[in-house]
Amino acid sequence: MADSGTRSSTVYHDAAKTLQGKITLDGVNVFYGPKQAIHDVSMVIPDRSVTAFIGPSGCGKSTILRTINRMNETIDIARTEGSIRIDGDEVNSKAVDPVILRARVGMVFQKPNPFPKSIYDNVAYGPRIHGLASGKRDLDAIVETSLKKAGLWDEVADRLDQPGTGLSGGQQQRLVIARAIAVSPEVILMDEPCSALDPIATAKIEELIDELRENYCIVIVTHSMAQAARVSQMTAFFHMGDLVEYGPTEDIFTNPHEPRTQDYITGRFG
Amino acid sequence: MINRTDIQAAVEARLAKRYRAEGRFRMFGILAIMAAISVLILLIGSIASQSIPAFRVNELTLPVTLETARVDPAGDGSEASLRRGAYNSLLQEALRDEFPEIEDRGQLRELFGLYTPLNSARLQNQVLANPGLVGRTIDFTFPISDDADLYLQGLTTTSGEVAPGLMATPSGTSGEVRIFANSNVFSPIVSDIRERLATQAEELEDRAERYETRAANAAGEDARVSLTREAEQARTRAASLRALAEPGSPSVDMSPELPSRLIRMNGGIVHIDRITDSGRTAEGRVLVALESTTPGDDWTIWTLDTPQAERRITDAQIAWAETLRERGRLETGFNTYLFTNADSREPELAGVLGAVIGSALTMLVTMFLAVPIGVATAVYLEEFAPKNRLTGFIEVNINNLAAVPSIVFGLLGLAVFISLFGLPRSAPLVGGMVLALMTLPTVIISSRAALKAVPPSIREAALGVGASRLQTVVHHVLPLAAPGILTGSIIGLAQAMGETAPLLMIGMVAFVADAPSLSVGGLTEPATVMPVQIFLWSDGAERAFEPRTAAAILVLLALMIVFNAVAVFLRRRFERRW
Repeated sequence: MADSGTRSSTVYHDAAKTLQGKITLDGVNVFYGPKQAIHDVSMVIPDRSVTAFIGPSGCGKSTILRTINRMNETIDIARTEGSIRIDGDEVNSKAVDPVILRARVGMVFQKPNPFPKSIYDNVAYGPRIHGLASGKRDLDAIVETSLKKAGLWDEVADRLDQPGTGLSGGQQQRLVIARAIAVSPEVILMDEPCSALDPIATAKIEELIDELRENYCIVIVTHSMAQAARVSQMTAFFHMGDLVEYGPTEDIFTNPHEPRTQDYITGRFG
Repeated sequence: MINRTDIQAAVEARLAKRYRAEGRFRMFGILAIMAAISVLILLIGSIASQSIPAFRVNELTLPVTLETARVDPAGDGSEASLRRGAYNSLLQEALRDEFPEIEDRGQLRELFGLYTPLNSARLQNQVLANPGLVGRTIDFTFPISDDADLYLQGLTTTSGEVAPGLMATPSGTSGEVRIFANSNVFSPIVSDIRERLATQAEELEDRAERYETRAANAAGEDARVSLTREAEQARTRAASLRALAEPGSPSVDMSPELPSRLIRMNGGIVHIDRITDSGRTAEGRVLVALESTTPGDDWTIWTLDTPQAERRITDAQIAWAETLRERGRLETGFNTYLFTNADSREPELAGVLGAVIGSALTMLVTMFLAVPIGVATAVYLEEFAPKNRLTGFIEVNINNLAAVPSIVFGLLGLAVFISLFGLPRSAPLVGGMVLALMTLPTVIISSRAALKAVPPSIREAALGVGASRLQTVVHHVLPLAAPGILTGSIIGLAQAMGETAPLLMIGMVAFVADAPSLSVGGLTEPATVMPVQIFLWSDGAERAFEPRTAAAILVLLALMIVFNAVAVFLRRRFERRW
C-alpha cells in the first residue's frame, strides 16, 4: 500500500487528465470529538460529471460529502481541517458564509425530506429566502423549470398546492432534487438518494442524475456498486476514513490498483 | 436432537400461559381505567349534588313605595340627594306591611333578619339608574337571607304536620294566647318531651358514672377532685331533668333544645311555649295573626324536628317565610346572583364573577409573559446554544425549578414585585407575574421536548437549501413543534389557573366585593381568582357557602374544560404530518 502523500498526488493527476476540476480537496481531516473520521483526503472532483463515493458503512464517505457544503457544522462536535475549494474559492473558512455556500451547493438526502408544505412551496422556498425571484410570475417560472428539470412537472403540474409529503417516495425524492435545483446551484451533493426507493423509482432518479450531469457537478454517495457503475464517470473508494483509490469509474471497476478496492468490488467484504 | 413435533409441543405448552398473561394484563388495564372513571364520576357527582342548592334562590318580591321625601331628601332629584335616600327603611316597611301584627322590637329585628340590608344598595342603584321611579310604588325583587333560603330548600330541618281533627278555641288573635282543646290532644307532645328529657338525663348519668370511675382510678389528688366535681354536676343536672320529666306534673315547658311545635289555625301561626292542663291547653305567642277566635277543628300541629338552638333560623322566621311563600311573595328561581355578582359577605348575594374576571386577567398576564419567554428560551437552548457546561447548568436549574413548591414563587413575588418594585398588592398583574414564573419551567421543558421531536431531516432540508439557522427554526421547526408547544403551554397555564398558594402570599386572598374591570386598568385593581374564591368560601361561616363552594368548583372545572377544548382545537388546526 502506498503512503497517503503519493497516493493523493496520483489521484490528482488521474483526474486532471480527463476532466476539468470543480472541487478540490486538499489534506482534509475530519474529527468527531477526539475521534478522527477522515484521514488526510485530497482529490479533485470534475465539473459537469457524476462522481460516486463508494465504500463500506462507516468509511466516511457521507462525512466527506458533508464537508463540501459544511453540513457537518450542524453537528456540535464535528471539526474539519484542510482546504476545500470550489472553483478555487476556499469553502472551509470562517470568512465564508455557509448560507451563501449552500446556495451554491445543493444537497439531497438519503430519506426524502420534503417540507410539510405544498409542492409549490417546497420548490419555491429556496428562491424565496434568497430573493431570487422578482415577482410571483418569476417564482412560478422558477418552480416550473425546476420541476421540469427534476422530471416531476408532468406528474404534479395540476396539484402544486397539495402537500409534498403526499407524494410517493420516488416523487418526493425528485421533488427534493427540484428544490435543490431551484436555487441554481453549481454542485449537487446526493447522500444515498435511492436507498429508500424501489427499483423503478431508482431508475427514474438515475436517469435524472444522468440528465443533470450536463449542467451540474454531481457528487453521489452510494452503497450500490451497480449504481455507481451506471451513473458515475468518476469513482472514489473510501475505507476506514482513507481515500483508497480514486479514478475513472471504468478503471476502478475493471482494473483496480489497490487490493482493498478489488476485494470490495468483488464483494469479499463490505 | 429436537424434532419438529417436540418444538411444536413446547411452544403450545407455553402458548396458553402467554395468552393468560396477556389476558391478565388487559384485565388490569380495564380495571384501572374503570376505577379511574368511577372515582371521577363519584367526585364530580358528589360536587354537583352538593352544589344544587347554590343554583336555586328564593326571591322576595314586595311592593316598595319610593316616597319622594325619603328617597330624595334634598328634593332636587340629583344623584347626590338620591344617594342619601333611606332605602333600607323602605324595605323594612315593605316587609312590615306584610305582617302588621308584629309590634315587639325584638320580633321586628327577627323579621328584618329575613333579608340583608345590602339589598338596599341594589334598590338604590335601581333608582339611580332610573330616577323617574321616585314617588312611585315598584315591585322590588331581592333574595331572601341564606338561612331562610336553606330552610325553604328543605335543608335546615325536617318537619311534619298533623291535623288532630278535634275542636279547639284560641283565646286571642295576636300576642300571647292560649288554645283550649276539648281533649288532651297535646299529651303526645308532653310524653315526647318527657321521653327526650329522660333520655338526656340517662346520658348525663352515664357520663357521671364514667367520671366517677375515672376519679376512683385517678393518680393525682387534683385530677380526682375535678373529676368528682364534674360527676356531681352531671348528677345534679340529670336529677333536675328527671324532675321535669316526671309524669304527673301539670304542665311542661318547651325549650329551644327540643323540637319546635307550632299551631296553624284560622290563617295564623302560634308558637307553643308551654303545655298545661294535662295536655288540654297550649300556651304561646302568635307569630302570624289569626283571622278570628272562632273555634274549629280545622287546625294542625306543625313540628320542626331540628331544635331552634341547633339552627340559624328562628321558629318565627320559619313561620314568616312559609307565610310569605303561601302568599305568593316568594319565588324559587335560578340563582343568577351566583354569576352576575362578585364576592359578598352574604351568601345569597355572593357570586363568582369577580373571581372569574380576576382569573381571566391573571391568566392573560401569565400567558403573555410565560409563553413568549418560555418558547424563546426553549428555542435558544435547543437550537442555538452551544452544548457546554454553562448551558448544562442552566438546563439542570430549569428542570429543578419545575419542582420548586409554588408557595416559594409567592414569597419571591412578595419580596421582589411588591416590596422591591412597589407593585400593588392583590393585583392580577402581580398574580400573573408570579404564576408566569411558576409556569415558565413547564413551558420551557415541554417546548424543548416538542422541538426535539421535530425530525432532524427537516432541519437538514432547510439548511441544505441555504436557510439560515433562524429561518430554519422559524419557517420549519417551530411550526412543526407548535402543537407540542401549545399543549405544554396550556397544561402549564391550566396548572397556574388552579393555583392558590403563591397568590395567598401576594394578597390575592383578600375579600373583594367589586369585580375588577375587564381592561388594562383592571390589572392593578384588587382582585381574587377562582381557586382562592373557592378556598375563601370553603372557609365561610355560613352554611350556605357550602353549596356555593361546590358550585364555584364546578365553574372552575367548566373553565378548565373550555380551556382544554380550545387547546385541542388549536392543536388540530396546527397539526401537520411529515
